[in-house]
Amino acid sequence: MTNSREIIARRVARLFKDGDVVNLGIGLPTLVADFVPKDINVIFQSENGLLGLGPTPLAGQENKDVINAGGQPVTVLPGGCFFDSAMSFAIIRGKHVAATVLGALEVDEKGNLANWVIPGKMVPGMGGAMDLVVGARKVIVAMEHTTKKGEPKILKKCTLPLTACEEVDIIVTELGFMEVTPEGIVLREMAPGVTVEEIKAKTEAELIIPDNLTVME
Amino acid sequence: MINKVVTLEETLSFIQDGQRIMVGGFLNVGAPLKLLEAIYEKGTKDLTVISNDTSFVDKGVGKLLANNQIKKVIGSYIGSNPETGKRMNDGRLEVELVPQGTFAERIRCGGAGLGGFLTPTGVGTIVEEGKEILEVNGKKYLLELPLKADIALIKAYKADTFGNLVYRGTARNFNPLMAMAADLVIVEAEEIVEVGALNPEEIVTPGIFVDKIIQG
Repeated sequence: MTNSREIIARRVARLFKDGDVVNLGIGLPTLVADFVPKDINVIFQSENGLLGLGPTPLAGQENKDVINAGGQPVTVLPGGCFFDSAMSFAIIRGKHVAATVLGALEVDEKGNLANWVIPGKMVPGMGGAMDLVVGARKVIVAMEHTTKKGEPKILKKCTLPLTACEEVDIIVTELGFMEVTPEGIVLREMAPGVTVEEIKAKTEAELIIPDNLTVME
Repeated sequence: MINKVVTLEETLSFIQDGQRIMVGGFLNVGAPLKLLEAIYEKGTKDLTVISNDTSFVDKGVGKLLANNQIKKVIGSYIGSNPETGKRMNDGRLEVELVPQGTFAERIRCGGAGLGGFLTPTGVGTIVEEGKEILEVNGKKYLLELPLKADIALIKAYKADTFGNLVYRGTARNFNPLMAMAADLVIVEAEEIVEVGALNPEEIVTPGIFVDKIIQG
């Protein structure tokens, strides 16, 4: 059986259109690159100053000056380019990025996102997340449906400090595919074998269940 | 044209306790490591470091931090260096966290003679605390102010002796912005060439911004 992370990455990768510029966050979102359909050309952007991210270089072939925003060595595809950080965030805030994929600590019914700080515990800083969530034309949260303890992460209202207000468009977890709408969170697709009762039990926010609910592939 | 190439020892005389220092680099890539090592050895104290991140515990800016040489950090990310968070929590270090795009643009403003800029980033979050919020065409923006420094420490791939700079890969990051935003700009270049050897079309930082150059 495929694991949760792969189920999520696979579904997110099918959201892109040919020619989209996409920024992937650190961790689970990075996996999405492996599942982009072969007939689609997606241009990956890295906020440290790179368009056209390619696969991880082979051992021994790393360029010390070419990394992604997570600090890992990467390659550059033909047609790729480098630029400074002001240009990079002009691309991001200027709505030139079609989609950003990020993890979350909490998301809520209004599309609020918290993913950068747990006061008193984890204070890594926001890095580029606040700019990405405000600037990308589509904000996709890719995360496991609950915390490691099984507590809901999709809430009525976020409790942690926000990354941005009302910017999340889509939430993909191992249980389903959800869309944030002005009416609330609509469950569009469920993973095979998952029931509406199970997903509701693991979600604090009120889920809207449409008649045309389908199976998530 | 003026030859700005100096020795590492000469540049150290410009670095003083209590200065505000911009340091290029992103997770240590594009960071002027030789200059940082020299400041570490000199033991300059009470520095305010303006840098995207605090590198790693035993590298670059991280070494100065662990050696108690930094009193304040302004940047966007401290997660790669646990020592930064520890010192912030026990009050030994002041940390000002700035969204990365805002950080870059504040530095650009500092060097470009602008009084600030309006950004949608941070609206409705704790980043907006204490800032002016302006509404333009029905949309809310935060007024963010320029960042400047006494010294900028820049890492370049190639420099000519006048200070025209070329970068390589993602090592460019904040370097070209910081090179415009400080009173004194010191460049560490992997390779130094004669004036005229660089193609004017490929120069990213014009040499007029640069004061001193050392061999990296």
